[in-house]
Amino acid sequence: MRIGVPKEIHAGERRVATTPEVASQLIGMGFDVAIEKDAGARASYSNEAYEAAGCEIVATSEDLWSQADIIFKVRAPETVEAVLLKENQTLICFLWPAQNPELLKQLTESGGTVMAMDSVPRISRAQKMDALSSMANIGGYRAVIEAAQHFGRFFTGQITAAGKVPPAKVLVIGAGVAGLAAIGTAKSMGAVVRAFDTRPEVKEQVESMDADFLMLEFDEDEDGAGEGGYAKTMSPEFIEAEMALFAEQARDVDIIITTALIPGKPAPRLITADMVASMRDGSVVVDLAAEQGGNCELTEADKVVVRNGVSIIGYTDLPSRLAAQASQLYGTNLRHLLTELSPEKNGEIDVNMDDEVIRGVTVCKDGETTWPPPAPKLSAAPPKPAEAPAPVPAAEKPSVIGPIVAVVVGGLALLGLGAVAPPSFMAHFTVFVLACFVGYMVIWNVSPALHTPLMSVTNAISSIIVIGALMQISSDNALIMWIAAATVLITSINIAGGFAVTRRMLEMFRK
Amino acid sequence: MISAGIVTVSYIAATVLFILALSGLSSPETARRGNWFGIAGMTIALLATILGVVTQQYAMLLGALVIGGSIGILLARRVQMTQMPELVAVLHSLVGLAAVAVGFANFMDPIVHLAGVELTIHDIETYLGILIGAVTFSGSVIAFGKLSGRIGGKPLTLPGRHWFNLALLVGAIWFGREFVIQSAAGGGMEPLIIMTAIALLFGMHMVMAIGGADMPVVVSMLNSYSGWAAAATGFMLNNDLLIVTGALVGSSGAILSYIMCRAMNRKFLAVIAGGFGTGGGTVASGSDEQQGEVMPIEAQETAAILAGAKEVMIVPGYGMAVAQAQHTVNELTRVLRDRKVNVRFGIHPVAGRMPGHMNVLLAEARVPYDIVYEMDEINDDFPDVDVSIVIGANDIVNPSAQEEPDSPIAGMPVLEVWKGATTIVLKRSMATGYAGVQNPLFFKENTRMLFGDAKDSLDAVLKAL
Repeated sequence: MRIGVPKEIHAGERRVATTPEVASQLIGMGFDVAIEKDAGARASYSNEAYEAAGCEIVATSEDLWSQADIIFKVRAPETVEAVLLKENQTLICFLWPAQNPELLKQLTESGGTVMAMDSVPRISRAQKMDALSSMANIGGYRAVIEAAQHFGRFFTGQITAAGKVPPAKVLVIGAGVAGLAAIGTAKSMGAVVRAFDTRPEVKEQVESMDADFLMLEFDEDEDGAGEGGYAKTMSPEFIEAEMALFAEQARDVDIIITTALIPGKPAPRLITADMVASMRDGSVVVDLAAEQGGNCELTEADKVVVRNGVSIIGYTDLPSRLAAQASQLYGTNLRHLLTELSPEKNGEIDVNMDDEVIRGVTVCKDGETTWPPPAPKLSAAPPKPAEAPAPVPAAEKPSVIGPIVAVVVGGLALLGLGAVAPPSFMAHFTVFVLACFVGYMVIWNVSPALHTPLMSVTNAISSIIVIGALMQISSDNALIMWIAAATVLITSINIAGGFAVTRRMLEMFRK
Repeated sequence: MISAGIVTVSYIAATVLFILALSGLSSPETARRGNWFGIAGMTIALLATILGVVTQQYAMLLGALVIGGSIGILLARRVQMTQMPELVAVLHSLVGLAAVAVGFANFMDPIVHLAGVELTIHDIETYLGILIGAVTFSGSVIAFGKLSGRIGGKPLTLPGRHWFNLALLVGAIWFGREFVIQSAAGGGMEPLIIMTAIALLFGMHMVMAIGGADMPVVVSMLNSYSGWAAAATGFMLNNDLLIVTGALVGSSGAILSYIMCRAMNRKFLAVIAGGFGTGGGTVASGSDEQQGEVMPIEAQETAAILAGAKEVMIVPGYGMAVAQAQHTVNELTRVLRDRKVNVRFGIHPVAGRMPGHMNVLLAEARVPYDIVYEMDEINDDFPDVDVSIVIGANDIVNPSAQEEPDSPIAGMPVLEVWKGATTIVLKRSMATGYAGVQNPLFFKENTRMLFGDAKDSLDAVLKAL
């Protein structure tokens, strides 16, 4: 089947839905790949590079759409593109069906199949296709870079000949994929990073990145984890406490990065104009929720505004600002989806609506709208740990009675033995017990790496039993003599073999 | 010929040399010298006995020594390091057989005249020597069969096998009593032979019931038995050298068994009772269902990941021995180390089929032993590791030992590879390990599965590097 990748026509969009590297992998899977001329130019992928990877370059997007069986796109189709979709054609892109019901209706009526990359179910199997996460990751990274651009100081603390520079303090609100990427980036640039999230289970992830997790001192046991691993709307009391925390933090930190989103709702208003006013001059707010109205009251989408000396960045196209990387990851997400669609690896796709992932991404097929899909079976968040983490069963106290009984029985047995055994036996017995102790002391010092040589050498020396045979070999009884000779034979195999193989092994242990 | 006093002094010298031989094994540098001490001790003991005790049949004696010695050296030269467990099992069986033979010969020897309690004690000593020897012999033969693949590795679980064992034990005791009674009257051969047969059967059945991965315990247990057999023979012959040596070897094997059991968090008796993983309910646990999707990886990509790593930890298991991959592993280690990557090895005590098995294989491939670490030494370092490579190991890297209190392997100490940045697992298929437990490691987000024969996979990775 033929995959077509048109040039993105949305204003300011730099990404492209496949890269030369991904394209060559798609070709390896048995597909033909056609690229619209200059589709990758703004993401630094030249036409020549695509050609070298085995793609065909098509001059116009009309031609491309008419020839292709599958269309890969980044953005949802614009009106002029949507009309090009035809029956038996599959379009894969970001669609946001909830926000674009008109578009969905139009695409459904065309009779083609449309898969929305924003509808990949949040289950572990689908992680490799989760383009939202890939893009959020880039957004989080880019948010810190943008903040650094507008922040007139170092991120890292330094002590220089010209004086001491304190590290920048960064507050990240919302520790989802974007938030965690932002935390990691800011941390690696040397800033002091704090993070807040309404979902307490992300505390561990935040702390694993060496950032401080801000806990809300809040009586009510409220958990912000909603369905599918996303956050949900919180109670008014909670929000009040949260706002107090942000107000306090705003006075202290240099950079605030907000990533708070609740699916299907406008972004929660977290940073008020008063908080911005309380921030130091030169501070930066990066609002990753600008597209959904912004977490900051003063955010203006797609713009950088300066209010009270604080730069407020409201870019909605952060992934596109890292076009080469974003295209690479998005292209790989698409490739993984295609692998799922083409289990036979024969260059054909099969939209198997029984597959949970494929069912989830498919928003319309054969003239019918199939969105929203039935609820996914699994949540991305781990199932709530059964109340408290299962208490480690208290280590059973070793019973005192056992050893006492053993000592008493052993002592009595020894006494009994001493009472009847002749002195010669007791002398040997003393030697035996002492030898056991010597063995105990010596063997614990053996390096575990040498346990195999230990076994072979003990094997060799336990063949000292040959002495028994030597004592018997001079017997006049022919049977005994022959048994003894045979014993000498087998034990000498053991002696020679044991020592020789030990030596061979020990020779190998070299630094 | 030399006097009895000189013989005794030589035996004392041999005893001391044997102890030095064992204590030398505390580090690889002193171990080589220690082995020479052992050889010297054995030579002194043999010479003293031949010169001081033997009075005739020198030709036959020397013939047996030379033939046996040559066979032994040939075996030692020929054996592959991956077959070490088999060789050790064979050697154990010979000690057991020798103990049985010496016991019978001694019993038949008319020179010994004892009476009363002394006779009873001597008879018991003879009896124990033969009993332990016979169990060691048949057990080791079966262990050899299992290790070399001639007998299936699966535990044989007869219905009512515990009762069967108990019956054998009772039988052995009863015939022991018969033997002592009849021996006092001048007979006793019959019960002795019957008892030997029972002991042989017991040894076979015991090892048959134990599965492949419990072999480290079995091999060290048989090692211990061979020592006790020698000690019992020493009592029978009134020979302190045998007693001391037997006790040293016996306690050595016992300690090894203990270490192995601790490394699996299992009771010694439970291992010996056998049938692990087949008992009621042990496998039934929530962990059996698939916990997501495994992410396969190709050699090319593995090489790319390794090329970007600074800290690499290699965790070998039995699969490395099966695939004979140790030389490729060394080659890989060398290449990575040349690139200033810190490569280390993490060895679980029960990795492989006998104690220290992995160490010997790595040493054979000339991996420097100072980068090979024990589990306890490196387990805390995993969070700093960029890439862990698990080669043919399963249960020893299973996180459910720590995370699932009702898992059959709960509480077993494991190598915490999942704490590192990336884990690459080399495995032939998704089959479960010996314990029959699904391994959540394979489903972790930072785990990649490189399927295929470990050696071929690593060769491909090496080529890609």
